Amino acid sequence: MSELFKLQVTVNGEVYEREVEPRLLLSDFLRHELGLTGTHVGCEHGVCGACTVLLDGEAVRACLMFAPQVHGREVVTVEGLGTIAEMHPLQQAFQEAHGLQCGFCTPGFLTSLIPFLEENPDPSEEEIREAISGNLCRCTGYVHIVEAVKLAAEKMSAT
Amino acid sequence: MKPPPFEYYAPASLEEALALMAEHGWDAKPLAGGQSLIPMMNFRLAQPEVLVDLNGVAGLGYIRPADDGGVLIGAMTRHKTVQQDSLIAERAPLLHEAMPKIATQQIRNRGTFGGSLAHADPAAELVSVSVVLDGRMRLQSAQGERWVAASDFFVSLFTTALEPEELLVEVHLPPAPARAGWSLQEVARRPHDFALMGVAAVVGLDEDGKCDFVRLSYLSAGDRPMEGQKAAAALVGEKPSAEAIRAAAEAGATLDIEPSDDIHATAEFRRHLANVLTRRALEEAFERAAG
Repeated sequence: MSELFKLQVTVNGEVYEREVEPRLLLSDFLRHELGLTGTHVGCEHGVCGACTVLLDGEAVRACLMFAPQVHGREVVTVEGLGTIAEMHPLQQAFQEAHGLQCGFCTPGFLTSLIPFLEENPDPSEEEIREAISGNLCRCTGYVHIVEAVKLAAEKMSAT
Repeated sequence: MKPPPFEYYAPASLEEALALMAEHGWDAKPLAGGQSLIPMMNFRLAQPEVLVDLNGVAGLGYIRPADDGGVLIGAMTRHKTVQQDSLIAERAPLLHEAMPKIATQQIRNRGTFGGSLAHADPAAELVSVSVVLDGRMRLQSAQGERWVAASDFFVSLFTTALEPEELLVEVHLPPAPARAGWSLQEVARRPHDFALMGVAAVVGLDEDGKCDFVRLSYLSAGDRPMEGQKAAAALVGEKPSAEAIRAAAEAGATLDIEPSDDIHATAEFRRHLANVLTRRALEEAFERAAG
């Protein structure tokens, strides 16, 4: 077996230290080591987008990184976006516009959209569709998700 | 869907990385952005015993002007950086236009220019684009370095001229010649999907408005980027008339490519696409060259 890697990482503002096998995927590290099961695992080869997290503010696939690669860095998962009492405006918009059905894909959509909306506060529908093209939803057909993103853009620019 | 175990090294310098490659040779894989290698490891199609993670190696991510008027791109430059870089937009507009077609934003945030080239997927835009732009790759090992032309770098499916102990560290793209034009045409189910067929083109006109040179490279058309030599031969020395372009497209689609059938498209359909896309690419490229 390969040597364990001593890892220190900030996740959702909290510092964690763990010893992990180098082959442990970031997605599994978050779920199994830290218990942050909001990051979902769909395809495990970078296609479905369900495991998307923010790494130093950028959306990345957690299934396409090894846990040691986030040593010394900052990760934000869906748990870090807001709470049930105090949702992020993007989360509120998804709720209000019915931007989800089963919810499996939702964490990946939210984490992908946070940097997108920061960079594009007033996106066109085409830009929104391009931005979510790396996230698969098998329930809603995307119409409500696009509506939710439009609503979120309004909410976020109003604050 | 879990990767097999491996020894993990995260060198901080290129020297260290090259020493590790020299020591572990065939058993080692360099880990760049990991957006192709890690899925292959998750599927256990790749089972390297040693991973040399280049993400912490200082000085491999940059875009610089080259003395000849072209650009130098460090191998670990992320796709996102290439996409947003103004020097690339100015000096290598074909590359600039190719970037949004490469995977999704999440992948472009991690994936690297050099990693995509070293992976040598014949469906990748960067592979064909580097060929038609006459790129050169700087390969380095603990013993020294050498330059290899892009057209010699890609050997076959996922196979390059890289020796086991070598790393691709830099790519040089020369400036566009005078009276040159370019185009990238592809058909994909979604903007970021692997193209069913695609073609990158750079063409040049001589002072009389005749075709001076044509460089075409097809993606998803064989086990490597397929150069459109027969298509080029049909045009060089001729005025790029609609008729000459149609003949070149026909030659390219029949003689220059070896597409195969898969779940997404038949070889026959891919040849049809190649014909149409070559015509569009040449029309656009000659228009730009004349402009």
